[in-house]
Amino acid sequence: MVESSQNDNIEILTYSEVEEVGGYIGNFEVKIRKKARLVDLEKCTGCGTCYQKCPVKVPSEFDMEMGMRKAIYVPFPQAVPNVPVIDKEHCRMFTKGKCSICQKLCQADAIDYEQEDEIIEDKFGAIVVATGYDLFDASVYGEYGGGRFKDVISGLQLERLISPSGPTGGHIIRPSDGKEPKNVVFIQCVGSRDVEKGRPYCSNVCCMYTAKHAVLLKEHLPEVQTNIFYMDIRSPGKNYEQFVQRTMEQFGALYIRGRVSKIYQRGDKLIVKGADTLAACQVEVEADMVVLATGITARHDSKEVATKLGIPYDEFGFFTELHPKLAPIETVTSGVFLTGACQAPKDIPDTVASASGAASKVAALFSSDRMSMAPLVSTIDTSVCSMCKACMEVCPYGAIQEEEITLRDGTKKKQLTVLESVCHGCGACVSTCKSSCIMLRGMTDEQIFDELMAVAQ
Amino acid sequence: MEESNWEPKVIGFLCHWCSYAGADLSGSARLEYPHNIRIIRIPCSGRVDPMFILRALQNGVDGVLVSGCHPGDCHYQSGNFHARRKFAVINRLLKYVGIEPERVQFSWVAASEGPKMAQVIKEFVEGVRKVGPNRLFKDEKKDGE
Ligand SMILES: Cc1cc2nc3c(=O)[nH]c(=O)nc-3n(C[C@H](O)[C@H](O)[C@H](O)COP(=O)(O)OP(=O)(O)OC[C@H]3O[C@@H](n4cnc5c(N)ncnc54)[C@H](O)[C@@H]3O)c2cc1C
Ligand code: SF4
Repeated sequence: MVESSQNDNIEILTYSEVEEVGGYIGNFEVKIRKKARLVDLEKCTGCGTCYQKCPVKVPSEFDMEMGMRKAIYVPFPQAVPNVPVIDKEHCRMFTKGKCSICQKLCQADAIDYEQEDEIIEDKFGAIVVATGYDLFDASVYGEYGGGRFKDVISGLQLERLISPSGPTGGHIIRPSDGKEPKNVVFIQCVGSRDVEKGRPYCSNVCCMYTAKHAVLLKEHLPEVQTNIFYMDIRSPGKNYEQFVQRTMEQFGALYIRGRVSKIYQRGDKLIVKGADTLAACQVEVEADMVVLATGITARHDSKEVATKLGIPYDEFGFFTELHPKLAPIETVTSGVFLTGACQAPKDIPDTVASASGAASKVAALFSSDRMSMAPLVSTIDTSVCSMCKACMEVCPYGAIQEEEITLRDGTKKKQLTVLESVCHGCGACVSTCKSSCIMLRGMTDEQIFDELMAVAQ
Repeated sequence: MEESNWEPKVIGFLCHWCSYAGADLSGSARLEYPHNIRIIRIPCSGRVDPMFILRALQNGVDGVLVSGCHPGDCHYQSGNFHARRKFAVINRLLKYVGIEPERVQFSWVAASEGPKMAQVIKEFVEGVRKVGPNRLFKDEKKDGE
């Protein structure tokens, strides 16, 4: 991130959202809302006085609400840019109308409570979608406590507990009483491979991150015993299987094949009841902490983002690639590329590979002034077209657009035109046009009729 | 041609991305399907103009098979849905003019479904064989002559 921010050819617009996307490949017209962070990016020196002195404490989203942040804050230590943002919902200037401590203390005079959102409109040649994923909300699992037990945490919460910059400074302790856990249960496939919860797919990363967690736990707390309930261990990446084996053999993780049916509290312990399908028996584990390997789901706003970009999404909200094998990065909208977990659950190596792929696709696109493409595209004979626009409705790509031309006598006339760089040559428009004025090059009605007459002989 | 050794002549409009590839696959897998079908490759079942079907029947073809990608699998997102809608309309017209439903059929076959493509063609040709030669427009043509 830091390296990208220092590259002259990269402009990072943080705290900004794409509002509208128009145009087409090579000529996207994008409207971006740069939200008011109420701190002047240019003036702020990143000294940190403001968030040290701010009196309002709010649960930190980045620390999975296990730690606190201030109403003026930098989301996490490595954030780019290292400039705080004011959370209007909690800032006392907005809730109570007075405070301005940060403004008084800021030596750079960077705090501006009046700052307003800025709208940027610009042209772009290509768009790479890398919006990532949301974590499955495990509270729908009543049998795991449905969010009632403090010591039943998600894998991401454990990541924060392990992190040296996390809420506990890297000490792995139980959220309920701050004690170090001695016996920890992991449950895999939470919100994955579960048809009843509407998530029949495998989340791809949780088997491996659970193994990583078991290793890290053991490294931090050598006395700890880890117990992992799993359905199958999926470790098909490079060296992944060896990693899982090491987790068992060197780090003493106990893998139990089966599902957990119930978790309940007994004293300060959590009793985890489940099945061991390999030993064909019921098991009961007395745990200090339970970690749910919650799966990957599409972002809550993925459908709105897809609509803005004109790209399809699947039944779970993941964006759909042009072809699952031959064009896994492209989308049906030329010039819009996918990378990372917004397309399907992916781990970091796969995300980086797809991101490199998308970057190369864009670089290849921009490396020449002309685009080469399949010649089978539609054309409209505007002298016959009645402007009924039926073709516009059936075109899945929005390749048919209205344009205004000036005739020789100076009058203006509206007509339809096919954007050749956007047309994919499916021919839906041709068979829809009632006045037969749109034709698909290489597949015209005449050509097909000729073929037909020849074979009908 | 003598009635006794009549062989149905049918045309298949197969989508390039699925059924056409499926037919190819059945060929490379050495699966047999009746030689009565003449295949015309189209980019998408949505490209099929109802006129293609009518023109074929008018010129003495005994049956027309249109085959595209499974619903939701269209290479162009929605072409096969447009095709399905058109097909529903033309079906009623064909029924009205007295064309047996066996003569015009629509199917979904994916590129990986070689055996299914062979089976669909087999069943389609057998269906056409049962209803016999398409005389409707032939006779009309004669009357007009
Ligand atoms: C507990 C846990 C542990 C894991 N451990 C590992 C591991 O050890 N190794 C590994 O390889 N993988 C691990 N993973 C998987 C890893 O998190 C993903 O592979 C990776 O984060 C995917 O990267 P991404 O860039 O696609 O998405 P994300 O990391 O989700 O990034 C997407 C970014 O886009 C931003 N964004 C979203 N929508 C918009 C919008 N509309 N406009 C602007 N910005 C937007 C988001 O704020 C976010 O910053 C783990 C996952 C979990 C849950
Ligand atoms: S990666 Fe492992 S834990 Fe995650 S859903 Fe797939 S099988 Fe279950």
